Amino acid sequence: MKKTFRIEDLECAHCAAKMEDAIKKLDGVHSASVNFLLQKLTIDAEDEHFDEIVQQAVAICRKIEPDCHVCV
Amino acid sequence: MTRKQKKTLRRILVAGGSLVAVAVLTQLLPMPWWGALLLYLLPYALVGWDVLRDAVRGLLNGQMLDENFLMSIATIGAFALGENAEAVFVMLFYQVGELFQSIAVGKSRRSIAALMDIRPDSATVNRGGDWLTVSPEEVAIGEIIRIEAGERVPLDGRVVSGESLVDTAALTGEPVPRRVAAGDSIISGCINQTGVLTVEVTQEYGESTVSKILALVENATERKAKSENIITRFARVYTPIVVIAAVLLAFLPPLFTGSYGAAFPEWLGRALNFLVVSCPCALVISVPLTFFGGIGGASKEGVLMKGGNFLEALAKTETVVMDKTGTLTKGNFEVVSVKPETLTEIELIGLAAAAEQHSHHPVATALRNAKKDRKFRKVTEVFEFSGRGVCATVDGQQVLVGNDKLLNEKGIPFTEAEDIGTVLYVAIGGKYAGCIVIADEIKPDAAAAIGELKALGVKRTVLLTGDRAQTAKRVAQTVGVDEVHAELLPADKVDRVETLLGSTNGTLVFVGDGINDAPVLSRADVGVAMGALGSDAAIEAADIVLMDDKPGKLPLAIRLARRTMRIVRQNIVFSLAVKIGVMLVSTLGFGSLYAAVFADVGVCVIAILNATRALKTK
Repeated sequence: MKKTFRIEDLECAHCAAKMEDAIKKLDGVHSASVNFLLQKLTIDAEDEHFDEIVQQAVAICRKIEPDCHVCV
Repeated sequence: MTRKQKKTLRRILVAGGSLVAVAVLTQLLPMPWWGALLLYLLPYALVGWDVLRDAVRGLLNGQMLDENFLMSIATIGAFALGENAEAVFVMLFYQVGELFQSIAVGKSRRSIAALMDIRPDSATVNRGGDWLTVSPEEVAIGEIIRIEAGERVPLDGRVVSGESLVDTAALTGEPVPRRVAAGDSIISGCINQTGVLTVEVTQEYGESTVSKILALVENATERKAKSENIITRFARVYTPIVVIAAVLLAFLPPLFTGSYGAAFPEWLGRALNFLVVSCPCALVISVPLTFFGGIGGASKEGVLMKGGNFLEALAKTETVVMDKTGTLTKGNFEVVSVKPETLTEIELIGLAAAAEQHSHHPVATALRNAKKDRKFRKVTEVFEFSGRGVCATVDGQQVLVGNDKLLNEKGIPFTEAEDIGTVLYVAIGGKYAGCIVIADEIKPDAAAAIGELKALGVKRTVLLTGDRAQTAKRVAQTVGVDEVHAELLPADKVDRVETLLGSTNGTLVFVGDGINDAPVLSRADVGVAMGALGSDAAIEAADIVLMDDKPGKLPLAIRLARRTMRIVRQNIVFSLAVKIGVMLVSTLGFGSLYAAVFADVGVCVIAILNATRALKTK
């Protein structure tokens, strides 16, 4: 399943790249991208674990840039 | 400004004011060092509390080298060295820079959003006799929608009734509006300018032209250019390297001086500058922003690029290979010369067009188009000779229009024409009356486009076509193409392109109409499909899509690509030069925290502002 989420207050481009890297490394993720300019997170991952993976991704984003907020 | 930005601005102003007050106070009143320190900590805390907080938070999360942490260390270090005013000022200036950065990013995000503002808001649909306003997603294929003057066309469809001028500028960059009337197809994203149109929907919103273009431009950021990837990789190692250099600079050189204790503060001060310039943000933000701006700006001109990698490749174009029909020529036939024996040109055309008025052959269409007033004389007794021509009675006269074979069959003597194209011989009452030459029309701006490509430094222009050699040569000569390979089958075109690829160092661009040249489009370094407005196959197959059918868009695309690459290079060179310069100067002891902060956030803001130039196409 592939889904796109909006990230609010994503202010740091370097952080966006770090988020993307970390989310890509999660188990069950086929591909992921964090688009700094469009403030969008796109996750393509296994259907069965999709919700868990999204939760983990949100946690990663918060860890890397505490101010940003992923709209799930 | 957003609320968050306004809040930051207030904090900066208040902290700035109190910094001045504290500076004056400590000058006027004698006080112990700790008194001054305490006073300076006041504006410091005011402006930098969130930086300190995020630094601690980052540390707890294992984000050792984040910007907040490095800024905190640098300013705390400055306090430790007794440079109170510098410490506060650096934090203050850092926040000012961050604020500018956030405003600049917000601004370019908005201008990109405005560029892509072709999304229709609503559609007016007829359901059970009532006109309802619904979101375009809710309209199904086959439903009838109404588009008032001034409204954006919400969905692709076919005009049922009404007549209007339609502005396609947002899709094609073409300023001249198109005329549409009943029966014409109409494309979502255009603006209906003059009349009311009723349209039968032919595509769901998700499959409409507007959705496809938006998806294409948004996804373009995922295919990163080589230089973009290099910057990302470089950024990953840049911070650790600079931080290690800072640590070494603080602790190593004092070893070689007489007394470690006396020399250490000086070297620590120099090392702090390194920490301040250790964030690669100027590059990490500005380079992707430039690429996106370039892609966005090009899309405004009707040039859709599917990724930064293609933009980068296009900037290095060395060989341009073109298809003939539909690319350099219009793909429709036109009368190019008329050679009557006794009649006038107009009379000859008139008779031939009358004889051919009921035929659907492209040649017949060309004849009818050549008769400007579109008034045809009456015909009776029409006989078609398949693949050879037609014989008809026009106002009692027997008119024979056909190729050389037909005239030979009928035993009518004629002078053979040596023109290139399709030659139609006309005989009236069994006597040869002249000939009409019909050829594919060359696009009016084709020659100018080739000239412009050459002026841009394209070394080789090649024409590949399945058409006859004579015709291909004539087209090539007229427009100024260097090389011609004619009478090729689609598979031969791929072979030719492969040979050319072998002898080209730069980028090989193939331009076609995207309809039956998909294999060649994908084989070339950059495949460009032309005249793709409304053609899904072309949008699918190509790397770069020219929304209208003007060859002139190709040199324009190359110019835009080059400009974008120039801005990327400027930003990389400028940011690195300033940062490395500050580090060098700091190592030698001439640097200051002020210079370092400028090299960090100042450079970043300048790079972002420079990047936004890529959005502008003129």
